Amino acid sequence: MSPIKISWKSLWSKPLSSALNIMLIAFGTGILTILLLASTQISQKLDNNSKDIDLVVGAKGSPLQLILSSIYYIDFPTGNIPLKDAQELSHSPFVKRAVPLAQGDNYEGIRIVGTDSNFVSVYKLTTSSGKFWSADFEVTIGATVAATQKLKIGDTFFGAHGLTGSTDVHKTHAYKVVGILTPQGNVTDNLILTNIASVWRMHDDHEKEEAAEQHDHKGSAHHHEKAAGQQHEETGVHRKQMRPDQAGQDSGREITALLIQYRSPMSVVMFPRMVNQSTALQAASPAMESTRLFSLIGVGVDTLQWFAILIMLIAAISVFINLYNSLKERNYDLAIMRTLGASRGQLFQIIIFEGILLTLAGTVIGIALGHLILQFIGAYQESSQARLSGLIFLGTEIYLFVAGLAIGIFAAIIPAVQAYRSNISKILSKN
Amino acid sequence: MTCKYYFCLYFNLNHFYTTISMISIKSVSHSYSSVLRISFKDWEINNGDQWLLLGESGSGKTTLLHILTGILKPQKGEVKMDGTSVYSLSSRALDQFRGRNIGIIFQRPHLIKSLTIKENLLLAQSFAKLPEDPERINEVLHSLGIVEKKDAYPNELSQGQLQRVSIARAVINKPALLIADEPTSSLDDKNAIAVLNLLLEQSGLNQATLIVATHDKRVKDAFTNTYEL
Repeated sequence: MSPIKISWKSLWSKPLSSALNIMLIAFGTGILTILLLASTQISQKLDNNSKDIDLVVGAKGSPLQLILSSIYYIDFPTGNIPLKDAQELSHSPFVKRAVPLAQGDNYEGIRIVGTDSNFVSVYKLTTSSGKFWSADFEVTIGATVAATQKLKIGDTFFGAHGLTGSTDVHKTHAYKVVGILTPQGNVTDNLILTNIASVWRMHDDHEKEEAAEQHDHKGSAHHHEKAAGQQHEETGVHRKQMRPDQAGQDSGREITALLIQYRSPMSVVMFPRMVNQSTALQAASPAMESTRLFSLIGVGVDTLQWFAILIMLIAAISVFINLYNSLKERNYDLAIMRTLGASRGQLFQIIIFEGILLTLAGTVIGIALGHLILQFIGAYQESSQARLSGLIFLGTEIYLFVAGLAIGIFAAIIPAVQAYRSNISKILSKN
Repeated sequence: MTCKYYFCLYFNLNHFYTTISMISIKSVSHSYSSVLRISFKDWEINNGDQWLLLGESGSGKTTLLHILTGILKPQKGEVKMDGTSVYSLSSRALDQFRGRNIGIIFQRPHLIKSLTIKENLLLAQSFAKLPEDPERINEVLHSLGIVEKKDAYPNELSQGQLQRVSIARAVINKPALLIADEPTSSLDDKNAIAVLNLLLEQSGLNQATLIVATHDKRVKDAFTNTYEL
């Protein structure tokens, strides 16, 4: 019968109060685990997706929105920019590489992005099977898309208008899968890539349909205006342009945004200012906006963190009260142990172990709970781009163990010292 | 144990010339407050003796027992056991000495509730830093007629059975000295006699010196040696 076994047995003899203590600690640790995992994963994703892109040029509006829509594919685009302006910027001496993006359609909530081969070089993409898109309406899909939508090479599908929802399907042209990307661990896993012309053509024909429809039902509501909602207003490369007579003329074409890689560090200072001042466009830096976004999230994270720490503190007090009260009931038991030959040190150990066992059990359950909950959150997350995973374990979680251990010792130390110093003759003569 | 046998031999050879005692208290007195001081007559207890410690409640019985068992250091005087001056030992050594050499039976059984009967006895072995010995546990429980309750928890046993377990716990390490503090006062006549007989039997079986402190008149006749307070 080692002291640790006596502690273990003693905890099992009062399962309710032990369970309460373990639960409190598990909640605190669970929240901390979720925060730790989520914030690490989010910042990792932010960094991963924007690491090779120095600047995003798009329509005027919120710079954060521009970054979110063009780098993380989360928010709606700020609007469209004329292709002509974008091309001029692409040829600027400051720019090493410029990637045009045309968004506006989705397939089952996955964004269809029209772009060119520069996108492949910027994200260093490779295909695991098939090839990159070349002809119109050919698409190369991300690894996750292939897995979740069960698409394989040769499959065809219809894109839907807008960035979410599938009420307004472009039935005129079907996309054809010609390649699947190797998993990249970034946003490209969740994209469908095609050329810009496909996006344009899809909407040229759509405009025609729409015009005809409008003619037929004059005065009636735009049928998909409601369905597609706000994003229809704001997004897409198709608004107010592309009459059939303009088809093929780049002058009237629009794209959603332009991703830019600088030629030299000098560009950092000069280029954004030039864009913002001399054109009707907006330049936003992913690094800056990510930091800003994170500082915004950070407030919430901080609040939750303090909340979790408060719970841990309450848990520590609860463990302390539990041990302290049980000591009152048990000091006769402990005195008996002394008469059986137990030393003061052994009694001290028994109480300390009880504290540590409680908090350690709570910590382990809490960490497991945190991972489990995060996995659930990830599974029910709408945006596949920022999906969180509970299966990632971090080295920093070891600190949670250490914290649990410390709380256990901290809560048990006063009762343990009391057990150590108890006058057994006095206790024994009382009963 | 060898020491004890050696002592027996020593005692047998010498007992015509000197009185070699196993336990002795000399000019011991103690006080809990400055007003009341209890002084105890010198007492010499020979190996294997069975003593009755008689006294009304409040007369200092428990105090004397605590002094004898090494859990209360008297303010004055000396307690010797097997030639060792008990209170000159370090706190830790004293704990271990007590665990190995003294078995105590309290008025109420006071077993550890979270442990089974067997585990309570294992506890006594391991606290005394002796190897865990399930054979010995079976043997003792068997001699007390409660071996079938080995895996039960204390709250599943009757008061009489619990008292037997507490006797088992006291004798498990074959102590040289067995001390019982009011072992019969909460029992009816039948059980009191039974417990008393068990104590006498077990002290004989384990070759332990027995001291029974009581104010219970029912117990008196069983003893020849009496120390009165």
